[in-house]
Amino acid sequence: MDISAVAFANSLVLGVSIASIFLVAAIGLTIIYGTAGVINMAHGEFIMLGAYTVYALQTNVGLPYFLCIPFAFVVVALIGFAIERLLIQYLYARPLDTLLATWGVSLVLTQGTRLIFGSDPKYIQIPSFMQSNIEFGGLSIGIFRILVIFSALIMVAAVWFIFYRTEFGIKVRAVTQNREMAASFGINSKQVYSLTFALGAGLAGVAGALFGVLNIVLPTMGVSYVVQAFLIVVTGGGALAGSAIAAVATGELQSIFAWFFNDTFARFLIFILIVVFLRFRPQGLISAGGSRR
Amino acid sequence: MSWTRRKFLKGSAFATGALAAPSIWIPSARESWGATLSEGEPIKVGLLFSLTGSLAVPEEDSTLVLQYAFDEINANGGINGTPVEPIIIDAKSDFSVYTEKARELILREKVIAIFGCYTSASRKAILPTVMQRDNLLFYPTCYEGAECTQNTVCTGPLANQHSKDLIPFMVENFGKRVFFVGSNYVWPKESNKNAKVWLENAGGELLGEEYVPLGSPEFGPVLNKIRSAEPDFIFSTVVGASDIAFHRQFRQAGFSAEDMPIASLTTGEIETKAMGAENGAGHFLSAPYFQALENPTNQKFVEGFLSSPYGKNGVTHYNMEETYTSAYVFKNALEKAIADHGVSEVTSRLLRDACAGVRVSADVSPEGEIWVDEKNFNTWLVPKIGQCQSDGSFKIVKQAEEHVAPDPYSIYPDIGTCTADGLLTPDGTLREDVI
Repeated sequence: MDISAVAFANSLVLGVSIASIFLVAAIGLTIIYGTAGVINMAHGEFIMLGAYTVYALQTNVGLPYFLCIPFAFVVVALIGFAIERLLIQYLYARPLDTLLATWGVSLVLTQGTRLIFGSDPKYIQIPSFMQSNIEFGGLSIGIFRILVIFSALIMVAAVWFIFYRTEFGIKVRAVTQNREMAASFGINSKQVYSLTFALGAGLAGVAGALFGVLNIVLPTMGVSYVVQAFLIVVTGGGALAGSAIAAVATGELQSIFAWFFNDTFARFLIFILIVVFLRFRPQGLISAGGSRR
Repeated sequence: MSWTRRKFLKGSAFATGALAAPSIWIPSARESWGATLSEGEPIKVGLLFSLTGSLAVPEEDSTLVLQYAFDEINANGGINGTPVEPIIIDAKSDFSVYTEKARELILREKVIAIFGCYTSASRKAILPTVMQRDNLLFYPTCYEGAECTQNTVCTGPLANQHSKDLIPFMVENFGKRVFFVGSNYVWPKESNKNAKVWLENAGGELLGEEYVPLGSPEFGPVLNKIRSAEPDFIFSTVVGASDIAFHRQFRQAGFSAEDMPIASLTTGEIETKAMGAENGAGHFLSAPYFQALENPTNQKFVEGFLSSPYGKNGVTHYNMEETYTSAYVFKNALEKAIADHGVSEVTSRLLRDACAGVRVSADVSPEGEIWVDEKNFNTWLVPKIGQCQSDGSFKIVKQAEEHVAPDPYSIYPDIGTCTADGLLTPDGTLREDVI
């Protein structure tokens, strides 16, 4: 194989990794948007809280990194649950107000974190074997990136299982399709919404636990992921499968475009393609459907 | 909501009014806006930095170190017997807030000078305001040069004091093949233009040049290109949060500092602490100051600052030190201006003129003696190259033999030279306020 073929193959491998990062960032948002129709502007801050949970547990309790990840899920899910109970549940009938309210929540969370932890960047320790890469016939990928890819697969599988193989999932899908009709069949839609919101927030927490290692832990770190997550959700149409396809497509395309041109231009091309796509298919790839839309 | 004709008329009338208003009450000629001192009154200065938002990481430190410096000055009797009163502003990482607050500091607070800005974008945003009111901006960080205003004093290194030694040093020690990585905005691009000139002089070869969006956390594509280009070293002008992501992903992708060191203009002690020292170890930084500098002044500065309430972040770094010395440039220049003109006569313009040639001696300046250039009002300093150690501190591996003159137009000799009265172009005309 000549050098450029290897390099191109490397960018395909990297594309999978970028796709997995996009998907991990978007999956919590997908659930919240797909089920309740809430455009959660505080999603990036849930990611940030996940990273800070890991940092706090590592420095104060001394937990090893891998044990911190489930805690990040639980802590951020609880915060999400509280926010839903205290604020979002009153706003389901007013989608534009949820937009503003969740944006306000994001400001409060950013500033609150800054008050508690300070505005200097934090550092998450990982086992040293993860600080390396695997090489295979010229192909190369970091071990931590492999972990993110597996996490993405596990998260998708878990969400699929919850939504399509449990009673709770049946209720969620019923509420998604028609809230009033589901309620008249005895489903407590309020409870379904708040549990779904907590689940989405918790998944964002896991994303934060992973991204805190790739990136920097700062009160503002969520901002860099949230736009990408929204793109994935909107392109995917709010369904889990749609988000997965959209993440793989944009991740691969970004990596390939970045190989042929450069990173900045690649992002520009992706944005253009998404705008063109949404012009012809505004409901996204796979619409979560239901009477709401 | 429907967009009726009435609403449109109302809206456009308001817009026209807003557009027309400035021409009514902003005087067209430049004038100093009441910024004078009076006997016995505290000396007001503005600290215009972001305490929140994406720029808060470097700029909060700038505010803290200036508070420390002015406390120190006031504890030692102030300037000419009167204390300095810093007015602290949060610019919220928003360039329109910078401009608005700069105007407020000058018009309402009547400050004699503003210390502010970290990015070139914010500096360029407030300079028109500062120039129109003939106030004075102390810009305490490295920048790309190619500016010649009569209202700025800069205490950080220019491109010719920043990368001119670094590139030949790296070429000599690691090889000729280099890859440039930077954040996508004006300072990295201008720095790389400079670096290309030094690289050519050193006989090096540029393999590629990549920019990532400011704040981007994804360096996979850039690292892929580096992998296939196989450079001997990397020259980095990646700034802020991205810089930490870059170093972490560099190591996670299997690269090491021994095989391919990163020569950076920005990765200082605060960054190596945030990325984890093991991710920074072995890489190089060019700066006039390192926390590990061994001299009694620096020892006193580090101990004093870290034990003060302002030292909560636990490190001192080059940007803080440049900010700290700018407070003493201000002090020494103001004392000179007061001695020459008397307290009630001093204006921002006279203060700026007094900055020409002002020295901050080695027993005050932690990086060693520095002085302000008499023509372009940037600073003469000694560039140093440090290598990051396994504890995140830097070891100085090379130091310029003498002070290096600041040259804002070093790679643009055709544009002209900066003088105290403006930019002198090759055809002999003088242009004021070139930004």
